[in-house]
Parts: sequence; structure tokens; C-alpha cells
Amino acid sequence: MNAPSAPATETLVECVGLGKDYVMGDNVIHALRAVDVSIQRGEFVAIMGPSGSGKSTFMNLVGALDTPTVGILRIAGQDIGQMSSDALARLRNETLGFVFQQFMLLAKTDAIDNVKLPLMYTRMDPAEKDRRARAALERVGLGQRMDHRPSQLSGGQQQRVAIARALVNRPQMILADEPTGALDTVTAAEIMALLEDLNREGVTIVLVTHEEEIAEHARRIIRFRDGRIIQDSIREVGAA
Amino acid sequence: MSSVIDQKPANAPTEDRPAAVGVQLSASLVIALKAIRTNSVRSFLTMLGIIIGIGAAIISVSISQGAGQQLQEQIQAFGTHVLQVRPGSSFFGGRRQGAGTARPLTDRDVQAVAELSDQVEAVSGRIQSNVTLLAGGRNWPTQVQGVGPDFAITQSREIIEGRNFSEGEARGGATVALVGLTVVNELFDGIDPVGARIRINRSPVTIIGVLEEKGANNFGQDQDDVIWMPLAAVRSRISRSSGSVPDNAGTITIKVWDDLDVLDVQAEIEDLLRLRRNLRPGADDDFAVFNFAEFIRARNETQALLGFLLAAFSATSLVVGGIGIMNIMLVSVTERTREIGLRRAVGARRRDVLTQFLVEATVLGLIGGIIGMLAGVGGTYLAAHLGEFPILISPWTLAGAVGIAVFIAVFFGYYPARRASRLDPIEALRFE
Repeated sequence: MNAPSAPATETLVECVGLGKDYVMGDNVIHALRAVDVSIQRGEFVAIMGPSGSGKSTFMNLVGALDTPTVGILRIAGQDIGQMSSDALARLRNETLGFVFQQFMLLAKTDAIDNVKLPLMYTRMDPAEKDRRARAALERVGLGQRMDHRPSQLSGGQQQRVAIARALVNRPQMILADEPTGALDTVTAAEIMALLEDLNREGVTIVLVTHEEEIAEHARRIIRFRDGRIIQDSIREVGAA
Repeated sequence: MSSVIDQKPANAPTEDRPAAVGVQLSASLVIALKAIRTNSVRSFLTMLGIIIGIGAAIISVSISQGAGQQLQEQIQAFGTHVLQVRPGSSFFGGRRQGAGTARPLTDRDVQAVAELSDQVEAVSGRIQSNVTLLAGGRNWPTQVQGVGPDFAITQSREIIEGRNFSEGEARGGATVALVGLTVVNELFDGIDPVGARIRINRSPVTIIGVLEEKGANNFGQDQDDVIWMPLAAVRSRISRSSGSVPDNAGTITIKVWDDLDVLDVQAEIEDLLRLRRNLRPGADDDFAVFNFAEFIRARNETQALLGFLLAAFSATSLVVGGIGIMNIMLVSVTERTREIGLRRAVGARRRDVLTQFLVEATVLGLIGGIIGMLAGVGGTYLAAHLGEFPILISPWTLAGAVGIAVFIAVFFGYYPARRASRLDPIEALRFE
């Protein structure tokens, strides 16, 4: 079932004829139509496109939050279309990390406990959970802010806590949905630098953005329009 | 390359996460306590219905159990198979005559009842009079009861010293007496008085026995402050003025055999007396048969009704409290939609979310139940103090009450919890 750690050329996400329809009243909306694409382990991919282009639908599918209407979607070798709700939750828990535009931290909960959130749904020794959460916070440069609450942190720091939370389960892929959308340019650059670092260390990163500057950080850009991929380009070596 | 990320997950995926139930529950408990503490005022208001309901339930159960226990004690003390017949119309009858104006019951009535010996174990008339006893220069005011020799049986009372008076002494109106322990203490300093002579209204009376100690009755009357004499003796020598009828037997006390239905015998005796007193069919009784067990039962029904009303009140409060919990939890689920979406995204299964909210409901119910329990115990003691009720607070009542509180909370919390667990993670994450 679960693919072992493998060389960077291994396919992590594989879409074959992937489609997603939504029924809105009497209308069927084809949010995604016959998408064939795959993402290799270790890639840094930016997903772009106007609203309604299907990029959010694609991200939800790749994030195992939704299941396809037609086609095949495999994540880390597992066929999403064939999985139960519980199995999808387990896949999200063990294989994926999520970073959101609005950070999605629990208020009134300090940084370390926010980072531990995914571990709550994992069987693990409490001391090990603590050790992992600390390591993740240190990795994002917040070793000194572990007991701060979100309200006591800047936007950039909050997003770092969120990234630490995405890292704490040692995921194979981080899905970042407009991770810099709520941040100023300088902070956004810092967050992107952090994501690039993580990518260099081996984590596959899929990023949704509508800003070209942000997308520049990725080595591969996939552009969606009307539910289809209209461009899939790999750049020459990028990043600062 | 250091860092947290390029290692294989240590929580190596197993085919079926063997649900970390204990860990999951304790984590949910922490979340629940945090949520409740964060909104402590709201949580308290949520629990108020449960608190009031549980408190009222404990008060009602404790009072009715106390009443039931007292009832048992009274029935045991008095006996369920004892009837009393009084002249005058029924207690609950339409027209009431003054007891004094009614035709009295006589020795022949007593005799007639006694002849129903397959139904009646013992029967005795009884007249009473307040007198002053004189013995060796001391005097003691008490009540003399003129009774038959079987009166002791109707009262389930032993004679602990000396003897009872005989049929012959009863018939002949001998001036012999049985005394209670209070009289013994007051007149004889507790020394065995059998054979001693005392005077009552100038008549010399010989003490032939001492009555078993009974203590105070339910009305607080000292049942040991008493002297029993043959009915005829009291009638002829002590309370000569009482009644114009020479064989007035006062009230009749009847002990029914224990294996018979007391109500059947009561009907039989009523028929007998109607016949003896020439009452036409349809005419009201001019006597009343008083059944102590029935009286207690009637009073118990009143208390049962009171208990029922309190129970209905507490059930209503509990339902209202449950709806309160449901309402607040629905608000809480809505407020925390994004949190639920986040939890689902990072790996919470539906049942994890369900568990989290059910644990929260359980904690609300448990805290509300415990506060309600304390309020109920306090309220019960207060009610007992103010109303002088007998009460009985059993640990089962308390445990049951808290259990019901938790059940109500879980029952009414299930719908919101299920709703939370059914939220679509994508929509929940986008919820504003």
C-alpha cells in the first residue's frame, strides 16, 4: 500500500483522466475535466489559474479532501477513488501536510499545541509528540516562541507555526493554498524561502497561488483554465 | 541534511490504525475542558437546566423515599391488620354527626365481632379517661384506658411483669390494672410495682402487671404513660359520667388474622354492625371503621402525587436542559466549523470529531450533574428542615442522578456531534 521512501524520480501523485463534477441545482459544473498529470517525489509545483479554473478542485483532490467523479488519482500509490473516509483521513494524517492562506491556527492554544494537532490523531508516545513538535517549531525558526499564542505572534510567525504543524507528521508532500496571500512582501519572501528549504530537504511541495512572483519560486508551474491544464512548464534551476 | 522531514514516518502506517481510544479520549477531554472553561459563563447557563432538573430529581426521590421508609416503620409499628370502629359517621362521609351524639358501640357489639373468630384474632372495646393516680403520697396524672383482656393482642404488646387480667376480672369489673413504664418510674421509682395498691378517684386499684415499653407514637404521645383496667371497672368506678348507655364500649379495636385480607374482614364487620344497628340498606353508616393501613396508604398517595409532580418538574427541567445543551452545542459546532475542517484536514476521522463533541457533552452533563447533585442534597436537607419531612438520601439516588445527567447530555449532544462529524472538510475550511 504505502510506498517506501524512494528516489526523487518516483511518482507521488498520478492523475489519469481525472474529472470532478459538482451538481448545483439543475446544473452540473465540470470543475475538472480529464486531467492527466503526475507529480514526482521532491518536486516544487505551483498551481495557477483564475478563480473557477479548477485549481482549487485539483488541490482538494490532491489533498485527499475530496474524491474524483471520474478518472484515477493515486497519491503515494493509493487510489483515492477507492478509499473510505477513514482511510482518506489516515492518508492526510500520515502522508500530507496542509498550509492555508488564513493560517488556521487554534486561538487560545499555544504554538506547540497547535503544532501537535495532527499528532492528536496518531498513536504515539506523548514524549515523542512533544519532541517532534519542538523539532518542527525549531525547524521553522520559532524555537523561542513555543508557548506563544497566535494572537501574540506576527502573521509571518503564525504561518511558520502552521508550516511546523504541516511538518510535524513528516509528510511526503506539503499542500500550500495561497500561503503568502495574507502576508506582506518581505514576510512572503521569507515564507517562500522556508518552503524552498524544505523542498531542498526532500519534501514535495504543491503550492496554489495567483501571484507570478510567488510561482517563480517553484520549478514547475501548472496553469489551469476551465477545468483543464492549459500549461505545464518546468523552469531552469530556480530559487535564490 | 538534518531536520524533521526526510525521515520515513516513525508512525509507520498500519493497515488499520488500532484506534488509539484511550489517547483519543484523554485528548478529547482536554479539548472539552478547554472549550468549557473558555466559555465558562455560557457553559454554566447551558448546564443550568441539568442542574435544576437533577437537583429537583434528588429532592423528590429523597423525600418520597423518606416518606416510604417512614410508612414502612409506621405500618410495622401499628400493624396492617388492625381496624378501629368508632361511633359516628364515616370520616369521609357526606353528613357528619358529632361523635358524641351518635349511638355508642356496646359490649354486645364487641361480643358479636369476637364471634367472627375465624376472621378476628382479638377484639376489645376501649374507653379512656384522664385521671390522677395516687400511690404512697405521690400522685401522677395520666390516662386510664378501660379495655378488654385481648387489647394487648390488638396492640401487639407484651406484659413484661405480672399478668394480664382474666376474662372473669374483665366481666366482673375487677379493680386491677396494668401500668406502663412511665407510670412505674413516676410512682415507684422503676421498682416492680406488681401487687402494689394505688388509688384512682378514691377507688383502690391493685397493679397486677407491667406493659412492655412502646415509646412515643407518631403523634409524639408517650405510650408508656398509661394505665389499663378492665372496661367495666373504668365504666362503673372511674368515669361514671361518660355516656348514658350502661354498656358503652367506646371504640372497638380489632386485630384481623394476618393471613386474611383486611379489607374483606372490614366489609364483613361493617355488614355485621349495620345488621346489629338495624340500618336500612342505603342508609349511611352511623359508625366508622378506621383502617390504619388504608389511612397511611391514602396519605402515601398524597406524597406520591407530590413526588410525581416534582418528578415531572425535574423531567421537564432535564429535557429543557438537554435542549439547552443541544442548542449551545449547535452554536459551538457552527462557531468551530473551521476548526473542525482543520482537524479533518490533518487527519481526524469523522468518529474522532464525533467523539470530541460527545466527550464535550459528557463533560457538560457530568459537571452539571455533580453541581445538580450538590444542589439537590442541599435542597433536600433544606426541605427536610423547613417542612420537617422524613428524607432518605441513598447513594444510588445520587449515582443515578449523575448518570441521568450524563445520559441526557449525551442524548441531546449526539445530534450536534453527529452534525459536526458530517461536515464536509472542504466547506468547513472555507466557512467564514
